Amino acid sequence: MIEDLIRGSLDHCVKCTICESYCPVSRATPLFPGPKYVGPQAERFRTGGISPDDSLDYCSGCGICTHVCPQGVKIAEINARARRTLKERNGIPLRDKIIARPTVGARLATPVAPIANWTLRNKAVRTAVEKAVKVHRRAPLPVFAGRTFQRWARKHESPPLERTVVYFHGCSTNYFEPDLGAKTVAVLEHNGFNVIVPEGQGCCGLPLQSNGLFDDATAYVKRLVSTLVPYARKSYDIVATSTSCGLMLKREAHEILGIEDDDLTTVSEHMYDICEWLADLHERGELKTDFGPLAMRVPYHAPCQQRGHGIGTPALELLRLIPELEATDSNRECCGIAGTYGLKKEKYDIAMEVGRPLFEDITAAAPELSVCDSETCRWQIEHGTKIDSVHPIELLHRSYGLD
Amino acid sequence: MRDVLVVGTGLSGLVAGLRCQEAGLSVTVVAKGVGSTHLAPGTIDVLGYDPELVEDPIEALPAFIQRNPQHPYAAIGATTMRDALAWFMQRFVGYRYAGGDGNLMLPTAIGAAKPSALVPETMAAGDLRNGGRIVFVGLRQLKDFWPAFAAQNTSAVKLPSEAGVTARAIQIEAQTGGEADVNGLAFARLFDDARFRRAVITQVSAQLEDDEVVAFPAVLGVQRPHEVWSELQDAFERPVFEVPSLPPSVPGMRLYDVLRTQFERAGGRTILGAEAVGAETDGSRVTAVQVSSAARVKPHPAKQFILASGGFGSGAVTMDSSWQVKEEIFGLHVAGVPAEAEERFGPHYFDEHPMGRAGIRVDESLRPLDAEGNRSYANVAVVGASLGGAAAWKEKSGDGISLSSGYRAAGVVIEESK
Repeated sequence: MIEDLIRGSLDHCVKCTICESYCPVSRATPLFPGPKYVGPQAERFRTGGISPDDSLDYCSGCGICTHVCPQGVKIAEINARARRTLKERNGIPLRDKIIARPTVGARLATPVAPIANWTLRNKAVRTAVEKAVKVHRRAPLPVFAGRTFQRWARKHESPPLERTVVYFHGCSTNYFEPDLGAKTVAVLEHNGFNVIVPEGQGCCGLPLQSNGLFDDATAYVKRLVSTLVPYARKSYDIVATSTSCGLMLKREAHEILGIEDDDLTTVSEHMYDICEWLADLHERGELKTDFGPLAMRVPYHAPCQQRGHGIGTPALELLRLIPELEATDSNRECCGIAGTYGLKKEKYDIAMEVGRPLFEDITAAAPELSVCDSETCRWQIEHGTKIDSVHPIELLHRSYGLD
Repeated sequence: MRDVLVVGTGLSGLVAGLRCQEAGLSVTVVAKGVGSTHLAPGTIDVLGYDPELVEDPIEALPAFIQRNPQHPYAAIGATTMRDALAWFMQRFVGYRYAGGDGNLMLPTAIGAAKPSALVPETMAAGDLRNGGRIVFVGLRQLKDFWPAFAAQNTSAVKLPSEAGVTARAIQIEAQTGGEADVNGLAFARLFDDARFRRAVITQVSAQLEDDEVVAFPAVLGVQRPHEVWSELQDAFERPVFEVPSLPPSVPGMRLYDVLRTQFERAGGRTILGAEAVGAETDGSRVTAVQVSSAARVKPHPAKQFILASGGFGSGAVTMDSSWQVKEEIFGLHVAGVPAEAEERFGPHYFDEHPMGRAGIRVDESLRPLDAEGNRSYANVAVVGASLGGAAAWKEKSGDGISLSSGYRAAGVVIEESK
């Protein structure tokens, strides 16, 4: 089935080069010859797990190629699956195994957050880490909050409300940005929704997948699906603030990992990016529009994984409901980080070069903050601009006067 | 609910969407990916051959329409074409389009003369009608443009005016920064950089001969083409022009960027990575188009729908091995398909093929017609490459059909929305 999807789409490639025109990585480095070359072209030579060369490793997996392809070729999916084979052959470095499991570290670090944060920001430590496991010393790592969103949610008492929605918060909200989770709940409650936060939400497996660890990724995503599926079966909508993890459950678990599973399909069908879901609510005339003015100009960057949803830019449409707020689309391809790509010693400079046009635009506009739907992108944009970057929900929350 | 849903973001979809949005309608454009603009040379070819070379497409159009009542131009009309061309030219400020004085005859990358009604100003000096001397400049790492090939063939071009063209080629070294596969876009980005331009100017200036105009591959900047082109003309003290080459088409990308930026600035919404797969109907009206994106197919309701999804080339119209021809979204009747077991294609590539004019037939409002000639839907308009009755590749009419049908469909929708 998955092979049909990949092979079937491959034959639609007309070699038009549109994917290469938009690839942010091949533009930044000669080490990556472009999505058409490593994708539809090289794929024809990949039999028995042999790849023509190793340049595929420099694909960041951003997915822009699939997004812009006018023929519907699953270029990014072809490349992700080929990378898995490549990595199996070449061996997966210890570094990739570590950064692909952010929750393991986060669980250990949360109780000792101040020490962990100090350690990860200590130059000597980072230099040693770079030497030992090849995580670049300047790469943007998140800050442990020291408390989890799950813990907040257990204590939180929802007011009695008529309608119900389920919140898939993802690891980053749980360990690094629990405030975003609380604000999301507040925005949803403000709109009359009782919010269910299923307990024990684990990692969706996306970092494992993008590092070629498909078996582990499959186990992770199946475990997560079993946590969410009871709610999907009751026909509750599930909203995600982590746009990349939402996409993993909507599409990538099936189209990249190749999982055929009724439970996954049920969860996929009920999964929404939070901004997609709120914009739909607005389309039906059901979103509260008692927005207070926010006199600001903010650049908005639609991350690659958000574009992978194929839903346009609902965040911009929501932000434009806020009086006096002027939100502009960055119209830049990518910030460079691509999840864990930009953390790697040999890829950090490439990732920074990929993000440079975006960083320059934001720095030149000198806004109070910038807006982006994806956490790793926000950390990278902050790293590249020294200007705070927030999820769109933060501005909706502020504009509703819920602060 | 949006006023208008446009399927496709090639030339016809961009034009239709922009015109509707600027008239105050709310427009959503859904598209599987980026459109055909990136593959086309960025010129507007209206009518080049009928079957002999056409000198002035606007003048020739009324007689052409009379002889070809099934052609999309017959539904659109010569007046609308004139209006559409004028509208199109007004869209481009700074980086402008030139034309209006008959077909320009521009050399292609293989040195053939191609008739175009409108061309980017950066190509206009390549007009071969008055003859002259041309030097084709090649950039050594750019494998998609061979100046000696272009020069030799251009020198052999036979023109009605019998004006002579002589051409030669030079090749320059241009440092690219080391991309593995250097295409035209990579060079266009380099030309946006003043330092790179200075290096090119130095190398080319030293090799120019008297009275030569200078031809470059169409890679003279993607962000600021007008600035790049002007600077080169000033430096060489003579006309400079661009020659379109293989995709990715830089002039096509400029065209796309200009129209899409204006569309979004006017408040239009574009959803890429969203494939229209079907429609919901209520009698003679379409109520929604079903759009497939990650995880789900979602209906996009609208009052009016514009089908700008391309023809066979983009998969908007398909034919399977059992002869089944299908327009994929609305299931519209595809006219002009040879009956089963009859010949579909002639034996030679450049033949007029029986299959060649298959497509959607429309009335004067561009509403699709069924096999009996009745309107299939009252609120669907068909534009661009899906339209039947044309041999666009032979007539050199593809851009003209896309532009004028997109323009016309918007006019109909705007009028009906009042």
